[in-house]
Amino acid sequence: MKILVCVTSVPDTTARISFTDGDTKFSKAGVQYITGPYDDYALSRAVELKEQLGATLTVLNVGEADAEPVIRKCLAIGADDAIRVNAEPTDAYFVAEQIAAIARQESYDLILMGRESIDFNGGQVHGIVGEMLGIPSFSPVMKLDIEGTKAKIAREIEGGKETLEASLPLVLGCQEPIAEWKIPNMRGIMTARTKPLRVVEPSGSDSLTKVQKYELPPPKGACRMIPAEEAETLIGLLRTEAKII
Amino acid sequence: MLAYHFFNPELYNIKGCHRLLSTEFEPMIATENQASIKGGEFLIKETEAAQIFIPEEFTEEQRMIAQTCQDFLDREIFPHSDEIDSAKDTSLMESLMDKAGELGLLGTSVPEQYGGFGMDFNTSMIVADYIGAAGSFAVALSAHTGIGTLPILYYGTEEQKVKYLPKLATGEYKAAYCLTEPDSGSDANAAKSRAVLNAEGTHYLINGQKMWISNGGFADIFIVFAKIDTDKNLSAFIVEKDFGGITMNAEEHKLGIKGSSTRQVFFNDCPVPVENLLSVREGGFKIAVNILNIGRIKLAVSGVGASRMIFNHAVNYANERKQFGTSIANFGAIKFKLAQMAVKVFATESASYRAGQNIDDAIQSLIAGGMPEGEAKLKGVEQFAIECAMLKVHGSEVLDYAADEGVQIYGGMGYSAEAPMERAYRDARINRIFEGTNEINRLLSVDMLLKRALKGELNIMQPAMAVAKEIMSIPDFSSDEEEGLFVTEKKVLRNLKKAVLMTAGAAVQKFMQNLQNEQEIIMNVADMLIEIYVAESTLLRVEKLIGMRGEEAVSLQKDAALIYLHEAVEKVNSAGRAAITSFAEGDELRGMLMGLKRFTKIDPINLKDARRRIADHAIGENKYSF
Ligand SMILES: Cc1cc2nc3c(=O)[nH]c(=O)nc-3n(C[C@H](O)[C@H](O)[C@H](O)COP(=O)(O)OP(=O)(O)OC[C@H]3O[C@@H](n4cnc5c(N)ncnc54)[C@H](O)[C@@H]3O)c2cc1C
Repeated sequence: MKILVCVTSVPDTTARISFTDGDTKFSKAGVQYITGPYDDYALSRAVELKEQLGATLTVLNVGEADAEPVIRKCLAIGADDAIRVNAEPTDAYFVAEQIAAIARQESYDLILMGRESIDFNGGQVHGIVGEMLGIPSFSPVMKLDIEGTKAKIAREIEGGKETLEASLPLVLGCQEPIAEWKIPNMRGIMTARTKPLRVVEPSGSDSLTKVQKYELPPPKGACRMIPAEEAETLIGLLRTEAKII
Repeated sequence: MLAYHFFNPELYNIKGCHRLLSTEFEPMIATENQASIKGGEFLIKETEAAQIFIPEEFTEEQRMIAQTCQDFLDREIFPHSDEIDSAKDTSLMESLMDKAGELGLLGTSVPEQYGGFGMDFNTSMIVADYIGAAGSFAVALSAHTGIGTLPILYYGTEEQKVKYLPKLATGEYKAAYCLTEPDSGSDANAAKSRAVLNAEGTHYLINGQKMWISNGGFADIFIVFAKIDTDKNLSAFIVEKDFGGITMNAEEHKLGIKGSSTRQVFFNDCPVPVENLLSVREGGFKIAVNILNIGRIKLAVSGVGASRMIFNHAVNYANERKQFGTSIANFGAIKFKLAQMAVKVFATESASYRAGQNIDDAIQSLIAGGMPEGEAKLKGVEQFAIECAMLKVHGSEVLDYAADEGVQIYGGMGYSAEAPMERAYRDARINRIFEGTNEINRLLSVDMLLKRALKGELNIMQPAMAVAKEIMSIPDFSSDEEEGLFVTEKKVLRNLKKAVLMTAGAAVQKFMQNLQNEQEIIMNVADMLIEIYVAESTLLRVEKLIGMRGEEAVSLQKDAALIYLHEAVEKVNSAGRAAITSFAEGDELRGMLMGLKRFTKIDPINLKDARRRIADHAIGENKYSF
């Protein structure tokens, strides 16, 4: 059994967002990077499955050298080895292409990742990887058990939960409560440096998207309370101020 | 004529002093290489930025360890703070210790061959730092890993280590340390507990009463200090709870760290196998002192972690709380508090990790010189016992400052048990009391310094005499010819050192061996020493940082170092004045006050603006952001 977990290195959730180069680049200055929180759920479940099934567990990151602390943290948490595709992860298609290229060589039984990264929150990579490899993909997966060559999956759907069964190999975008985040222990941290981290060059096409401009959302305005009996006022404001009706 | 001989060998009757007196005059400030840095030498030698370790140099692994500690607190401690502090029994604390054990946090200092991770001293400082924010839990963890485990690690026989360390490293055994008694606190060697060998010669029977024993309620192993027969000095024993003859009073009701178990422990003919004597008979006091050195510097850095946590809450609250139509973070009075807190945390970090690395380096050089590892670790720390004592005082007082201003920034909510400041304020207070009260540590800092000088280990006398000469000569009005980073600031530091040498030198000369009866003056001198050490550490850290990242990238850190230095100058001045005016008179008084004025001169800068820059940045980041 071979498991691949794809992880992103993303700005900490409390990071202050700013742009450079005429608002065409995200400014990395002073920003702390963390493992994508959804990827962290995927990794945590993968570590449990590895222990349970005696699987091998590889982590993969499409990113530049500054993503290595995040990769080594994944090794400290329990992955056996790591691959970094040495390229800026410009868009979902490009990243999916890199993952698919590696997966074709290594033929994993399970490819897990977060339901979305928390920088651009595209939530598309798992679907594209599945298409490229011609295998099923599901997201967002909240529960995962493996029985032989079958996966038992619970997935969040509009207004409910879907339970399904699928044959391996699979691509899954994960979210809580698939597992509890794991904290790397001292032994893991000390062994992480001895585990292999392979750096490979990207393959396939260049990025197909171009960034024109980044913009911060407008600051949240103050909330105005209108008493329930004054519905007229509310309607008036929606017409004249918010101009949405 | 004023003569400020630092020591009079006749009165002290200590060998080596004549050698001291007869050596040639040397220039006061010499530079040194890394391996030769000695404890206490900061006062007479100039350290270069390249020689100190700064937190920005933590390895990726060390950062990961810090993050593991932080994650553990975020997940297991902070959401349960109320439960931990109001627990009816110790089971919750025990289970938290077990979880910390699973993560390996209890075994960082234990060598790998005994089931730990054998990490270096500064890495264990990181754990103390980040766990330091955890109040009750931090005390439980540090009592176990520090005073509970280290006596066996450093003084145990091979059999004792093999038997106990692996279980202590995982947390299967939990440890406590029993030194204090109802009638012997600060005066630890006055303990009344007794150990008597049984008729068969197989067991010591321990009788006595111990007080304030952290982890007492759940410990499996007690390190117990008692005097054998009519010995003058203490011996130390490894006592298992199951040996029998151990009873306890109920949990103490405390001001803070309410979730930490603190009990009185009674030993009634508790039988301890002879092989459980630690080290040698009457070797206990030495163990207690050396283990406390380590505890002190760790406590200092745990205050850093706690202060950082307080700062993060405070800046966040200041951003959210609106009064007069705006965030209170926009008020200068609040910015001042935030800046002061941040500067103090930054400064204490600088000094703690500088000393931590000095200890690591000393250990490595002793090992390289052929000393066994265990002994080298103790000697390395002992080398820097002065710094450990000074840092304990400083770290605990910075924490209390942060806690106090944290409450103030929260206003009424600071006083409410609903918000985190109330607990932080109560929990902080113990740090000034245990591991030697701050009074005892101030006394010790000065006492150790003087003793080393008397033994000829630290050449303080010549610089002191040089200063005495200098204040009688015409002041040097020449402006700085040298150029370079922090040239004027370094001159200020050199002068501050002269101020303390002048003050302490004159006091020693005046009171000789009766100086110990002049504790007020010793407290003043200790305060001067502490401020100098911390200010110098901060400045050197920033100098090194500028070398690494360029001046522009670390302009706020530079602000912090300058703010700290300016405040240190004022404190050295006021402590110096208090000391001098309490013993000098007439011409001598005037001369010394003039000297003090000369040595505590610094060109003014706009401190308000510097503080605003620091506060504004932290307010923008909404956290401690150095
Ligand atoms: C919560 C808590 C946990 C503790 N945990 C432990 C533990 O695990 N193991 C353990 O052995 N002990 C422990 N202690 C004990 C602690 O170390 C002592 O309380 C401390 O050393 C002070 O001793 P004391 O309480 O007897 O105070 P005292 O020695 O009576 O001191 C009272 C005051 O007099 C001052 N004073 C005393 N002597 C001098 C002097 N020579 N010159 C000037 N001033 C002086 C002190 O500074 C202090 O201000 C703990 C205490 C507390 C409160």
